[in-house]
Amino acid sequence: MYQYDQYDQTLVNERVAQFRDQTRRFLAGELSEDQFRPLRLMNGLYIQTHAPMLRVAIPYGLLSSRQLRMLAHIARTYDKGYGHFTTRQNIQYNWPRLEEVPEILADLASVEMHAIQTSGNCIRNTTSDHLAGVCVDELEDPRPWCEIIRQWSTLHPEFAFLPRKFKIAVSGAAKDRAATQVHDIGLHLVKNEQGETGFEVLVGGGLGRTPIIGQTIRPFLEKKHLLSYLEAILRIYNLFGRRDNKYKARIKILLKETGVEQFTQLVEEEWSQIRNGLELDEREIERVKSFFTSPDYDPNAAADKSFQATLSGNPAFSAWVRVNTVENKSPGYRAAFVSLKAQGIAPGDMTDAQMDIVADLADRFSFGELRVTHTQNLLLADVKQADLYELWQRLDEANLATANIGKATDIICCPGLDFCSLANSSSIPVALEIATRLEDVDYLYDLGDIRINISGCMNGCGHHTVGHIGILGVDKKGEEWFQLTLGGSSSNDASLGERLGPSVPKAEVASVVDGILKTYVELREGQESFLDTVRRTGIAPFQEKVYANH
Amino acid sequence: MQIIKDGKIINDDTRHLADDEPPTGGRFTVSFARWQTERENLRQAEGTVGVRLKGGDELASIALDLPRLEPVVVEFPTLADGRAFSLARLLRERFGYAGEIRAHGDFIRDQVYFLARVGVNAFEPVEGTDLEKLLPALKDFSVNYQAAADNVELVYQKRGK
Ligand code: SF4
Repeated sequence: MYQYDQYDQTLVNERVAQFRDQTRRFLAGELSEDQFRPLRLMNGLYIQTHAPMLRVAIPYGLLSSRQLRMLAHIARTYDKGYGHFTTRQNIQYNWPRLEEVPEILADLASVEMHAIQTSGNCIRNTTSDHLAGVCVDELEDPRPWCEIIRQWSTLHPEFAFLPRKFKIAVSGAAKDRAATQVHDIGLHLVKNEQGETGFEVLVGGGLGRTPIIGQTIRPFLEKKHLLSYLEAILRIYNLFGRRDNKYKARIKILLKETGVEQFTQLVEEEWSQIRNGLELDEREIERVKSFFTSPDYDPNAAADKSFQATLSGNPAFSAWVRVNTVENKSPGYRAAFVSLKAQGIAPGDMTDAQMDIVADLADRFSFGELRVTHTQNLLLADVKQADLYELWQRLDEANLATANIGKATDIICCPGLDFCSLANSSSIPVALEIATRLEDVDYLYDLGDIRINISGCMNGCGHHTVGHIGILGVDKKGEEWFQLTLGGSSSNDASLGERLGPSVPKAEVASVVDGILKTYVELREGQESFLDTVRRTGIAPFQEKVYANH
Repeated sequence: MQIIKDGKIINDDTRHLADDEPPTGGRFTVSFARWQTERENLRQAEGTVGVRLKGGDELASIALDLPRLEPVVVEFPTLADGRAFSLARLLRERFGYAGEIRAHGDFIRDQVYFLARVGVNAFEPVEGTDLEKLLPALKDFSVNYQAAADNVELVYQKRGK
């Protein structure tokens, strides 16, 4: 993975010093709350229901074991012993004290981490495919490009005070696992007719109040022009994006109001004026790429026979392998998920002890690295098949081996009312109750791949609009109600879920979901997935079932 | 009055005229809208005239006038209005403006470094701001990843050596 050199480290250190001074001035009364807000936000610090919330950047979801140990240390020392992994591959701490945040940032800087631009109206952490570099369907590893974007966007002087936040995702594989179509900018590595690799550029996707699927504004961009093109988009957005209404300030609204053709023309005109001065330096590209070479795989890994033996003797292990591991392009290796969706645990939460354990496991079994997925799980990408059994045992002891990746209990869920001051409703208890009803694993596996996403309010941090089943908390005269949608997806076939009908009270959400799943079982044809079934039948049969009983 | 210019605190008597205030001689600025309608008269007026820009103002329409306008002021109606950053950079890079670009209004210390990078060389913050405390902000960072209007050596260039 990428390693800081003296320049990267200096910048992060200087940022810590700057924030230390900002915090001091705020606590001394030299900065008003209004003046401090954009500054703390640009260092990932929110004021939440209980305490400040600190969001730490995990660039494109990639972590070393050393970094994960530091995250455990922070959870233990400054928080209540856990952290929460988010849909943007970051981690949040819900209980730090403001006075201690400069210390936390200094600790992070010591392991090449930071919280720069994890909130605020600026370019946020760039996200990517959690299987980058190891999946079999990849055209090119997107991570060097993510790192190049990370450096370019870090403290970009022109784009630190945008109309609204700005999110970029990059995918290099045939299957889109980075939800690129629901980002402000989505980049796909593609080949053109001449066989050259470049980027397809999508703009204007996003969730939240006005969910929109992104549109392609350039089918092919030469790699050397990546930053000039991003810069052109950002400049057009910075100059013309709406600033009169924060709900209409995202680039998706600008794109919608201008029309994709005119918007594209504005970008292209701007780009034509700056592209020659901002070409990427070939040597710098090569330097960054050199950090993302394959690890030192054992060429004999596939010769191992023990794996088959352990598989056939142990149904629980074999279920875990089937559900929680995926192919790695290197023979004899698999990528293994660490499920953060155990029964009774808030989705994405992890204790300091679990983090330490997984850091050790990463050292022993996966070249000291791991990834955070946008579905709020972790991944050990390079595990030898011969090691899977022991890895499973260790994960199981730590309650991290629930074999449910991609299944109905692998729920994406935002923090909701329990932590978030913007929430209308508590999303976590709803997620937990839905999962409780799906304890029968035979039934769970029979349901196949289903994405259930829950957000505690319209802001959509739980990506409810792109859930196969989306659940949104709404406020009805001070009570918590939930609006359900069906048929959303953030993958290649991205689509927004369709509203099932009137919202339902909190106490009934789990049984409504239960009814939806049962209806699917009745309706499906052969091996048809939930999403395909909904797309074939439409939502009417589900409506009938749900609202007949309620 | 004092401002920061080119890294130093200096005395400055530039007057920012309201749209109905007659030119006073000396150094003064008018709004972009006023410049558009009174351009000819203002050129005849005694003293040096500059213009104040805010987000949304169309730079191209004053491109030909720029060599004779100083200072060009980029306004911060609120500290969150980041259009000034793009305006300043366009002035320097696209329109080749070499005169004083002054940030004026509700910007704060922590924007000073970024402003300097996009081409602002004069800072007139809201009244009562301690300029001595603002000055070190010009040196908040010693490394820069991305190109801007300040033509400093970038990280990748340092690495390439
Ligand atoms: S969706 Fe709403 S409730 Fe949930 S984390 Fe986001 S802002 Fe908070």
